[in-house]
Amino acid sequence: MLYIKCPHCGMRSQNEFSYGGDATIKRPELGKEISDQDWDNFVYNRKSLRGKHWELWQHISGCRQWIKVERDTATHEIFKTLKANEEISL
Amino acid sequence: MQKYSFFSLVKNALSNHENWDLAWKDPTPKKEYEVVIIGGGGHGLATAYYLAKEHNITNVAIIEKGWIGGGNVGRNTTIIRSNYMHDDNGLFSEFGMDLWRRMSQDLNYNVMFSPRGIINLAHSDAQMNTYARRGNSMRLNGIDAVLLNREEVKEIIPMADFSENVRFPIYGGLMQPSAGTARHDAVAWGYARQADDMGVDIIQNCEVIGFDVSAGKINGVRTSRGDIKAKKIGLCVAGSTNILAEKLNMTLPIETHLLQACVSEPVKPVLDKVVTFGAGHFYISQSDKGEMVMGGDLDGYNSYAQRGNLPTLQHVLTEGIAMMPFLSKLKMLRTWGGIMDMSMDGSPIIDKTHIEGLYLNCGWCYGGFKATPASGWTFAHTIAQDRVHELNSGYSLNRFNTGHLLDEKGLGTKTWIS
Repeated sequence: MLYIKCPHCGMRSQNEFSYGGDATIKRPELGKEISDQDWDNFVYNRKSLRGKHWELWQHISGCRQWIKVERDTATHEIFKTLKANEEISL
Repeated sequence: MQKYSFFSLVKNALSNHENWDLAWKDPTPKKEYEVVIIGGGGHGLATAYYLAKEHNITNVAIIEKGWIGGGNVGRNTTIIRSNYMHDDNGLFSEFGMDLWRRMSQDLNYNVMFSPRGIINLAHSDAQMNTYARRGNSMRLNGIDAVLLNREEVKEIIPMADFSENVRFPIYGGLMQPSAGTARHDAVAWGYARQADDMGVDIIQNCEVIGFDVSAGKINGVRTSRGDIKAKKIGLCVAGSTNILAEKLNMTLPIETHLLQACVSEPVKPVLDKVVTFGAGHFYISQSDKGEMVMGGDLDGYNSYAQRGNLPTLQHVLTEGIAMMPFLSKLKMLRTWGGIMDMSMDGSPIIDKTHIEGLYLNCGWCYGGFKATPASGWTFAHTIAQDRVHELNSGYSLNRFNTGHLLDEKGLGTKTWIS
């Protein structure tokens, strides 16, 4: 069982959360002309790192906020959690 | 090589089975090979076998970080089927079914292929319609499919829950009678033994550290046991695909996820089919030892851990008990996890890459084991001829870019959508 510290609600069990994937992916700016490759990178291509990985989770059975979580994909250790609007410092 | 037969068994029994040949050797890596296959799982071993058998390319090495049979080929739930709707998936898998039917003879190794049939249960009228459509598509591609009504399903699997007041009543099901299971370890060992016999070097405990790429061309691979030159390199590393892609500066439409499976304590024969629950994601069969072999959803977050968490297991087994209530009486014998190369549309990739001489085989999601022979056969063709075969032309890497997705069930990385 993972325990995730929601920045809004505190430590909660994994059962309350739903996963949202890589948190470092940024949607291309609206109205900006982009290539198919840029779009491909945004929609499909993922690094899927082994080790520290910033990812999105939603506290779906709690405050329903999206949050950012830094977790190790090999050990499942969670290092840090941020609110959705807080920038990741890599 | 000693052929396995009744006579060789008797002969070796007389010498207390002390004089059998090694099934495969333990060679030191050479400086150069014509083809290097990275990954000694089912797909890698099958690729090497078909390179030697179909294309007479025997100057081949398989390099494997761990040991033969220690990865997903030894961790799956052994289901073999070709019950797909889309032509690309159906024709590819049915080609594989033919290879499965001949495999024990081909490899001179009993892979215990058991075509016992698979039933996908339907729990609504709409689902019955969908299954009728999929069944028709299958039959058009020459794959056997039978649509069963509730009574017919009850005949075959009376232990499922057919009571009136259930959340997901069984309306019927789609059966592929020729589907089944096989002994997964035997598949790996059988391919390894034959590939080794034809001259392929199987190099275990050899980890890839990096690649030698210059001017858009692959020249070799750097490993924990020294540099190995090769004109052609095939990547067949399933859950480690992203790790190697990073060393090649490639970003792929693949995420690495954790999938669990489990077996119960052995019980007397009760279930002679593979059955899947249609209102969730749960599948079950009974092994020859009597264990109920079960699996279902991904844990749902990126992971390289090769071990699972209990919430997903609880969720999956809840579905199992909803489908077959007697399962609640069984004790769990073992649970384990494997890491899956989940592609974004749920279908695999067998293709060339932008690097000359580098070939990619990945994205097998939940269905890698059954694809072992067809994947090896088509990947060997792709490597040997430097072009994709008709059978794997739909499994291209650039389909995500062009929009030609193969979204059979939409079961990619985003399990919450399904």
